[in-house]
Amino acid sequence: MQQIINFILRYKNFILYIFLMIVSLGFTIQSHSYHQSSFFNSSSWITGNIYETSYGITSYFDLEKENKKLVEENEWLRHQLFNKKDSIAVQLDSVLMTYTVTSGQVIKNSYANQRNYITINKGRKDSVKPDMGIITPEGILGIVENVSKKHATVQSILNENSNINAKLKNTNNFGSLTWNASNYNTVQLVDIPRLVPLVIGDTIVTGGMSSIFPENVPIGTIKKFDLNDSKSFWNIEVALFNDMTNIKNVYIVSNTDREEIIELQEETESND
Amino acid sequence: MISNSYFINVIRFALLVLVQVLVFNRLNFFGFINPMVYILFLYWYPIKQNRAAFIGLSFLLGLSIDFFSDTMAINAASTITIAYLRPAIMRFVFGVNYEFQSFKLGNATRVQQFTFLALLIVVHHLVFFTLEIFSFSNLLLILKKVVSISAATLVLCLLFGSLFSVRKE
Repeated sequence: MQQIINFILRYKNFILYIFLMIVSLGFTIQSHSYHQSSFFNSSSWITGNIYETSYGITSYFDLEKENKKLVEENEWLRHQLFNKKDSIAVQLDSVLMTYTVTSGQVIKNSYANQRNYITINKGRKDSVKPDMGIITPEGILGIVENVSKKHATVQSILNENSNINAKLKNTNNFGSLTWNASNYNTVQLVDIPRLVPLVIGDTIVTGGMSSIFPENVPIGTIKKFDLNDSKSFWNIEVALFNDMTNIKNVYIVSNTDREEIIELQEETESND
Repeated sequence: MISNSYFINVIRFALLVLVQVLVFNRLNFFGFINPMVYILFLYWYPIKQNRAAFIGLSFLLGLSIDFFSDTMAINAASTITIAYLRPAIMRFVFGVNYEFQSFKLGNATRVQQFTFLALLIVVHHLVFFTLEIFSFSNLLLILKKVVSISAATLVLCLLFGSLFSVRKE
């Protein structure tokens, strides 16, 4: 016994180090395979408020540019509205029924890491919930992961764990959108069969398979493509429409039918 | 005197966390270089202090940075590693000198201070990016990030170091 106590006293720093290391590795490795921890994230009260204060100061600097961007988007939406006979306008109309849209601002953005998260200034009190989609006027941005009272963290599409259903706009073939962490301007679209004809510059939009994003939200254009290792699927590099380094205003999209869809899917699966 | 150094460390802790998350995490120089200046806390921390408390404090420091930057506990893991290894690094850089009561960081030569800081940064970044990227097939990416970001961190730490140098007594 004496020896054990002596041992502990002698190596107490080492034991403390190992203990803390295991704690931090536990949290880290858990996030590699699954989601961001609901405890270690920047939507908490103190971090959220510090980011919000800093945003309050810096947001004035490019107010003019942001306003211009929003007016341009309004212009485009008006154009859609006044030419209602367009097929896109009809689509927009039906979209309005199943999806609700809330606006928000990005208060923290990162794109240099392997797993990037964005913090926005809307939270539980604005009825933001996990698994809602975040889009910008130009394209998609990510999916809400953790929510606190006034803030939420968003898993950016620039995240190794990100996996979003996307399709080719003109042929409707769908695959999944992933990121290989090499460049913040491009993401990868995988699982498109080899038979599908591709042209550089084709538009990629969100697919209808996900209950998170509405269908046909723009993502980007094909930058280059080649066959994967098994030679049966394309690996497509997609140049994003969004400038991921400079995002201020976002829309939080929520699908009012989502719960019903998930319930139905679970029921079907349990029947098998 | 003790309460004074305690006070200084608390202020330093808070300021370094804020500077790190509000300024340097947003730098994105060349798209990926975000220097980690908070390592200066470990460089400046008094030598003759309780080691367990030092490791605990470093854990807190790393964890606060993690909270802000959504990096899980990677910063915490790499910070406690250099906190634990600091005495070994100091013995390597300063020789037996540092065991004496009268030893002060400010009295060491410029080369020694530089080596000490550089070693802390390189070890920290090695642990950090190995954990972040977490795959040996990306060894080159890890090395590229460690080298470039260590250089950036070192330059900024040296600048900060000369701006707010430890008083020579």
